[in-house]
Amino acid sequence: MLSLNNVEVIYDGVILVLKGVSLGVREGGITTLLGANGAGKTTTLKAISGLLRSERGEVTKGSIEFGDARIDRLPPHDIVKRGIVQVFEGRRVFEHLTTEENLVAGAHIQADRRRVGEGIERVYGYFPRLRERRAVQAGYLSGGEQQMLVIGRALMANPHVMLLDEPSLGLAPMLVEEIFAIVQQMNRQERLTVLLVEQNAALALTIAEHGYVMENGRVVLEGTAEALRENADIKEFYLGLTEVGAKKSYRDVKHYKRRKRWLS
Amino acid sequence: MGDWQFFALLLSNGILIGLMYSLIALGFVLVYKATDAINFAQGEFVMIAGFVVVGFLISYGAPLWLSLVAALLAMIAFGFGLERAMLRKLIGRPIIAVVMATIGLAAVLRGLGPLLWGADTKPLVLPIGDEPILLEPLFIPPIQLVGATVSLLFLGLFGWFFLKSRKGIAMRAVADSQQVAMAMGINVERYFALAWAMTGVVSALGGVIWGNMLGVDVHLSLVGLKVFPVVILGGLDSIPGAIVGGLIVGVVENVAAGYIDPFVGGGTKDFAPYVVMIIALMVRPYGIFGKQIIERV
Ligand SMILES: Nc1ncnc2c1ncn2[C@@H]1O[C@H](COP(=O)(O)OP(=O)(O)O)[C@@H](O)[C@H]1O
Ligand SMILES: [Mg+2]
Repeated sequence: MLSLNNVEVIYDGVILVLKGVSLGVREGGITTLLGANGAGKTTTLKAISGLLRSERGEVTKGSIEFGDARIDRLPPHDIVKRGIVQVFEGRRVFEHLTTEENLVAGAHIQADRRRVGEGIERVYGYFPRLRERRAVQAGYLSGGEQQMLVIGRALMANPHVMLLDEPSLGLAPMLVEEIFAIVQQMNRQERLTVLLVEQNAALALTIAEHGYVMENGRVVLEGTAEALRENADIKEFYLGLTEVGAKKSYRDVKHYKRRKRWLS
Repeated sequence: MGDWQFFALLLSNGILIGLMYSLIALGFVLVYKATDAINFAQGEFVMIAGFVVVGFLISYGAPLWLSLVAALLAMIAFGFGLERAMLRKLIGRPIIAVVMATIGLAAVLRGLGPLLWGADTKPLVLPIGDEPILLEPLFIPPIQLVGATVSLLFLGLFGWFFLKSRKGIAMRAVADSQQVAMAMGINVERYFALAWAMTGVVSALGGVIWGNMLGVDVHLSLVGLKVFPVVILGGLDSIPGAIVGGLIVGVVENVAAGYIDPFVGGGTKDFAPYVVMIIALMVRPYGIFGKQIIERV
């Protein structure tokens, strides 16, 4: 229902980052987009949500379709109104707003104010911890709570499709499992379609039905989650990934190592 | 008159005047909060509003209520238009570009006002009399009472808007992160325009009140100079800060002028707030209520 056809993205008029990406997101399913750091996953999500323009990026070729309409020329607020909402990587809460105000801001496109209250209750149903922290400035929440908040905030827009960018990054494994279980639950209960970007491929492939692997601005592999789990290259890929989460300064070296491993 | 009576008089005067500074500072704060732009033309906005009122009153012979409505609408349109025509193009540019643009705008407006409406000082008469109200030991000019009341009313209104209304929360979200606000479906540019329009409202009110007290000519824009100590003291992005900052500046300048002017022959009002501002900058750079950068560990 959401599809990218041969999409090319250029930043600043010269930096070619996506080199003809095609992928499809199934209605009501969880699709995952895997790949090493710098592969172009976030750029792909921003191309869909229309947020590229705020970073001087542009879809220069190909098309993005949702339902039966082209959305690659629409401003971000129109795309949210059509039911696609992006959750940024890095837990970008509105720091100076309280937890509950963050949720209210997430419901901005909702015209009926009674529905806002219902939406907040629904989010607290999924994330009871947020209810306890409702009056706290979001900047002072723990990392896990912030991740819950940004997912809950996106749910406030009542989306058909949620674009989730690396929700596991920098969180303890137990928390990550808790959050993934809730994403799965939202997918089932709300018939919420999810496009999940992850570096933690092992975990992503347990909740997704279908996956794509990106490398250097291109999709290099596609298949059912089961097939991808069995794929020898993917297994290699996991190994590389067990090192992620280490100190930042090591990242580039590891990124390089990982990349090499992946290509060989 | 006894010592304490003299002091009480200076104090009450300072509080009332201070609230009127708060109102104008609010215009500055609204824009900074929502759009990160520093508006160096706030005083000129007030001056233009004053010119519009007296223009309607004197040149076109319109009744007072119509002149006030006209000024309000004109300033809202002015704020909107300015955002569209000039400031939107500067989004994402270094902050100095916006600063220079508003400084330039201020100069243009100071030239344009007298050009369009004449350089002489015009009275802006309101039907509230000028016999001071006597409340032993205080005596209060009626315009100060009206001005302070209007200021409090609008400060409360805007405070409610930001804290409780959905649009206000959206505007604070925009202030927090434009990109994330966009991802929530918030039309960021519309909120920028709204902030400038709100500044227009505040400027129109200020133009009427200060225009009545000082008369309308190019010097009316000088009230804008009081905005800087107010917002530095209170915090550039804080509404409670604008109130407290305004009160401090109002009281400081009145008390200082009352006690020091007799010895130095005047002028204390103009520099005392800046002395306080510089001290405040050294002690508390975010202002009393300013937004702090949140760092979690
Ligand atoms: N705003 C930008 N301007 C220029 N280049 C960018 C911008 N954002 C990302 N890039 C580049 O695009 C490539 C892909 O980035 P990104 O989509 O963030 O990858 P991923 O999310 O897979 O880590 C990287 O090489 C990055 O440097
Ligand atoms: Mg990324």
